[in-house]
Amino acid sequence: MAFDRREFLKISAGVTGAASLGALTGCATASTNKAYKVVVVGAGFGGATCARYLKMWEPKIEVTIIEPNAHFVSCPTSNGVLAGLAKLEDITFTYDHLKKVVNNWVTDTVTGIDTTGRTVKTAGGATISYDRLILAGGIELMFDKVEGYNAEAQKTIMHAWKAGPQTATLRKQLEDMHDGGTFVMSVPMAPYRCPPGPYERACQVATYLKAAKPKSKIIILDGNPDIASKKPLFLAAWTKHYGYGTPNSMIEYRPNNMPRSVDPVKMMVGTEFDDVKGDVINVVPPMRAAAICELAGVRSDSSNTWCPIDYRSFESLAVKNVHVLGDSTLTNFPKSGSVANNTGKMAAAAIVEMFNGREPDSAPVVTNTCYSASTEGTAFHVATVFRYQAAKTGADGKVTPASMVAQKGGGISKEESELEFAYMESWAKNVWADTLGLPG
Amino acid sequence: MKKTLAISLMFAGALGALSATSAQAIDTKARFMAANCAYCHGPEGKSRGAIPSLAGLEKGYFVEQMKAFRDGSRPATVMQKHAMGYTDAEFDQLGAWFAAIK
Repeated sequence: MAFDRREFLKISAGVTGAASLGALTGCATASTNKAYKVVVVGAGFGGATCARYLKMWEPKIEVTIIEPNAHFVSCPTSNGVLAGLAKLEDITFTYDHLKKVVNNWVTDTVTGIDTTGRTVKTAGGATISYDRLILAGGIELMFDKVEGYNAEAQKTIMHAWKAGPQTATLRKQLEDMHDGGTFVMSVPMAPYRCPPGPYERACQVATYLKAAKPKSKIIILDGNPDIASKKPLFLAAWTKHYGYGTPNSMIEYRPNNMPRSVDPVKMMVGTEFDDVKGDVINVVPPMRAAAICELAGVRSDSSNTWCPIDYRSFESLAVKNVHVLGDSTLTNFPKSGSVANNTGKMAAAAIVEMFNGREPDSAPVVTNTCYSASTEGTAFHVATVFRYQAAKTGADGKVTPASMVAQKGGGISKEESELEFAYMESWAKNVWADTLGLPG
Repeated sequence: MKKTLAISLMFAGALGALSATSAQAIDTKARFMAANCAYCHGPEGKSRGAIPSLAGLEKGYFVEQMKAFRDGSRPATVMQKHAMGYTDAEFDQLGAWFAAIK
């Protein structure tokens, strides 16, 4: 657990790069007028937070954000839109406050990254140079992994796993469904964005159907062998509120049922075992780190899916001066909004320390707290404190990679409660404010 | 004479500025740990909604409450889980940080 300074310097020379640390210190002195440039691609929970804290902690760093969307739409609490508890407008926020804090704002899509020349190219034709690049693009959905899930099918079958127009369309489909209809939804194989999200979605859709269309059914096709997050709490909620375990259960849960195909005309989802018919179909395809990560060569795990990083800086283990945040990373954190927000601060803290010629925190401690709604007025949580543990080499020469170790005492709520629903609403307001710099 | 005085005043000024800077040396570890809390307790520990604010809490009170969460003497939904993951020294650092926020 204790961190050896020599080991840090060794790792730092290999990963962070002793040369780049020197260059950073040079830029901090008055002898050069050249601004130190950080370019952040993606202004979600990770990227927006990172940009805001970089400017707060070291105003001398020049921060540019490149973000294709005009507004921020929150994935957390977007299942509440499906339940009719909120409108899409309620989870949509302006970037205006963040725009005032950063040096440059570019509304565009990144189409090329040169990690040798340290430049980023955009669809609009701009070339933007960087000293450090932050990739915070979230996830890329792999529709080609589900047969028939083509552009045409995507007009009928929503994933709604990136909050926005998809969320509103799925809500409209549920409103249009007849009483007695079947809502078929899927859970991707872990790891995926928001581990409890699909099970919360089942609760939130059930809340709506129970009140508006009580003869309806929900079929959950889970690619995983079991409920992947907060299992006892979701089972308790399904049993208490939606008849789970009785013949009249609104929710039918099918583990090991990965959707392999979709048919938007017959309104069918195919798994290895069955063809399942639905009146509304909601399939979340397999996912990987955002495409911009591939452009930078940092989607560097063995399956070319996620981005391994150094936990002390969130710098890629594959490419120097490129940091990756949030859901795109390969870590032992859950892919939550809270974690994405905090990875933004971890990267910002490390970059600010290096800019000022100091070493980044060699043993960061960081937390995750994640609420899920079980009805229109109850919720529960999981909370964990993580501490950095350096890579270790055993007597047999086997290397245990660095990790963030979950501390004793973490875990899930005893039971759902109205108090936790109020905390969930407060959490959302606070994390939106912290991410986007919203005024109080 | 005047010139010497002016120079020594400049020196004093520079030294003053220097010592002020080092006296205010930021505890960057505490700053990060406090920022970590913001996703629930609000930016700079100023919360919106049902979750309590941390900004401006008296340090001794903050540390006492964290210890009470940890040993279970203060009931909580979330906070026992967080309190169990931090050390006493970190409670002190966090307490000092939040106490200094106006």
